Amino acid sequence: MGVGIEVRGLNAWYGKNQSLKSIDMTVPANHVTAVIGPSGCGKSTFVRCLNRMHETIPEARAEGSVKVGQMDVYGGGSDPVEVRRRIGMVFQKPNPFPTMSIYDNVAAGLKLNGFRNRKQMDALVERSLKLSALWEEVKDNLHKKSGASLSGGQQQRLCIARALAVEPEVLLMDEPASALDPISTSKIEELIFQLKQHYTVVIVTHNMQQAARVAELTGFFLMGSLIEFDKTEKIFTAPADKRTEDYVTGRFG
Amino acid sequence: MRSRFQQGLDELKEKLLRMGGLAEQAIDRATEAYRTRDSKFCQMVLTGEAAINDAEREIDELALDLLAMQQPMAVDLRFILAVLKINADLERVGDQAVNIAQRVLDLISEPEVPLPVDIPRMADGVSTMVQRALESFLDGKAEVAEAVLQMDGIVDRMKDEAFVNLVQKMHDDPACTRQALDVLLIARNLERIADHATNIAEDVIFWVRGADVRHGGAHYRE
Amino acid sequence: MSNDLPSSTSQQVNLWRRITNWGATGFAVLAAILVILPLLAIFIYLVIKGIGSVNISFLTQTPKPPGELGGGMANGIVGTGMILAVASVIGIPLGIGSGIYLAEYGRNRFGDLIRFTADVLNGVPSIVVGITVYSLIVIRQKHFSAFSGGVALGIMMIPTVARATEEMLLMVPNVVREAAYGLGIPKWRTTLSISLRTASAGVITGCMLAFARVAGETAPLLFTAFGNQFWNLKLNQPTAALSLQVYTYAISPYDDWHKQAWAGSLILIVLIVGAVAAVRITTSRGRLKGA
Repeated sequence: MGVGIEVRGLNAWYGKNQSLKSIDMTVPANHVTAVIGPSGCGKSTFVRCLNRMHETIPEARAEGSVKVGQMDVYGGGSDPVEVRRRIGMVFQKPNPFPTMSIYDNVAAGLKLNGFRNRKQMDALVERSLKLSALWEEVKDNLHKKSGASLSGGQQQRLCIARALAVEPEVLLMDEPASALDPISTSKIEELIFQLKQHYTVVIVTHNMQQAARVAELTGFFLMGSLIEFDKTEKIFTAPADKRTEDYVTGRFG
Repeated sequence: MRSRFQQGLDELKEKLLRMGGLAEQAIDRATEAYRTRDSKFCQMVLTGEAAINDAEREIDELALDLLAMQQPMAVDLRFILAVLKINADLERVGDQAVNIAQRVLDLISEPEVPLPVDIPRMADGVSTMVQRALESFLDGKAEVAEAVLQMDGIVDRMKDEAFVNLVQKMHDDPACTRQALDVLLIARNLERIADHATNIAEDVIFWVRGADVRHGGAHYRE
Repeated sequence: MSNDLPSSTSQQVNLWRRITNWGATGFAVLAAILVILPLLAIFIYLVIKGIGSVNISFLTQTPKPPGELGGGMANGIVGTGMILAVASVIGIPLGIGSGIYLAEYGRNRFGDLIRFTADVLNGVPSIVVGITVYSLIVIRQKHFSAFSGGVALGIMMIPTVARATEEMLLMVPNVVREAAYGLGIPKWRTTLSISLRTASAGVITGCMLAFARVAGETAPLLFTAFGNQFWNLKLNQPTAALSLQVYTYAISPYDDWHKQAWAGSLILIVLIVGAVAAVRITTSRGRLKGA
């Protein structure tokens, strides 16, 4: 089951540039929340701050409070590696590990964190591949085919399975379908809709129609600030802020 | 802003206003027919209906295309939805004008009798409502639309009064039952037109404010 | 475009284009052939000159004293193997380690310094390396040894392995590392199990290059392994090496020994090529469908 995310006063910088300004947001558990906004508005930065991926970039830092369930992500004793184990991430361009088989790809997070039990690993791999709707297509070639030999849409589902295998509570997706064709995209969207039963999903997208299709809540970012955060239907039929309206109607961005 | 889309929206607005003009013209001609008892005005209303129906078709098609091709959101989406509904209301207004013209034709074929109803006055009020509603659409002014909503009550009262008076007249003077009935129906047609004008005003408010004010309440999205 | 030109001009243009294309292709093919030719020439020459002297006794016996016919370079073959083993144990881990540092942690001034040092080390003449190891190890230990020979060759392997490792690691796309971080895999683990694994083909090639290069070195071994007439399997004793023996035999006045020098050279080349091929075959077996 997923957990909620409480963000209070989140600020982030790349070197001297402040890319996030005092963000407050409450992401409810087991919902899909979309983050939209024009290029450079900070939406990807925001999501990467949730699992402390932001700081892997040299000269990047973040401050503020992010609580994922009971876990205080930026708290005193918090270990970024541990945080990232409990929050899964799927990236824009599918990035399966190139030299590994399908099985090894999905199990990578488990194996490389010391997991040993073979039978349990098999079960987890199968479960993850089923959750990401890839099992039927690959179950006969788990160990023989490499992750990179799959099509784009399949690769992305493989990456989703890989993220799910370590049983995170939250799944972050940074424009997961932007590199895919329409049919793969709609499969991924269908998947996201299913996933929210088990996980809390936050998805960054520059495609407003996609946000409208998959998310229950939507946050609009502009120049590092969260302008409006509300039910998706409201944002797309009658947004409260003029800037939001200008963005969703395509008048800029 | 996507200029093709904006052009589409502008075209939609223009077409709808032109259709509104045709509808207003139909009301005026029907009223004139009643006042002058000249059947040529009735003919004009009857032949003018085709243009109104064509306009309705065109507007529906254009709106559908814009929805499919441009994926409008928020205010643009509300605008197109409002246009589709106003389109339907205006076509019904045209139909009501035709009904009035047909009643007038019938009246002309009967001897003229004095009746306790001021149809031209009622028609003026109704015509004003339609005019104001279309103005509010042209300017995107919700306040003007709200004024139209207020006027509906007046027209309703006028219709009720007319009913009472005409029923009484039919009772008192059975010879002019036919004429009285015609005028009763005309009053009802006019009241219907007023309702359509009210609908148009409500649609404008929905478009401009994102509030659903139909059926008497103001319902904003939470 | 060619519709706008009159047809005769467009024909001329087309013809010129085709000629240039052929010319460039031909030049590329010629260059490739010219590269292979010297290698083929050497190999064929070696075979012609040396194959006659390669026989069982050559491959199994130690050298006989000058004047006596027969004998072989068996101890040299074994000795080369020992020395190269020591060299690999020193050169490959240190080389890969520095390569990892340079790629993953050393994108800064200190890293630049290391890179520069490695390039300089690469250019140090092999005899200078030999003399240095001589004074650092041989003199201290007061004896020549296979070990010191391995150290000298190992030092020479390091820069090639390090640079190859660095280049190959840099070619691993960063998104792959990010995927690993996103799974909560710590950086060191990511580097070893993901980045290095992805870059493994190139890293192995780098090691093979370094190996092949030092396998034939003679000068560094002159003062370290020193050579040995007899069998030696101990690392801390002077040891025979094929390259040393070829050198000794080649500058000797004996015909018989000249023939054996040819044979020794041929065997050396065959062993090096064999080792590289063996590594290539075994590593490609592990490759997956589509990888």
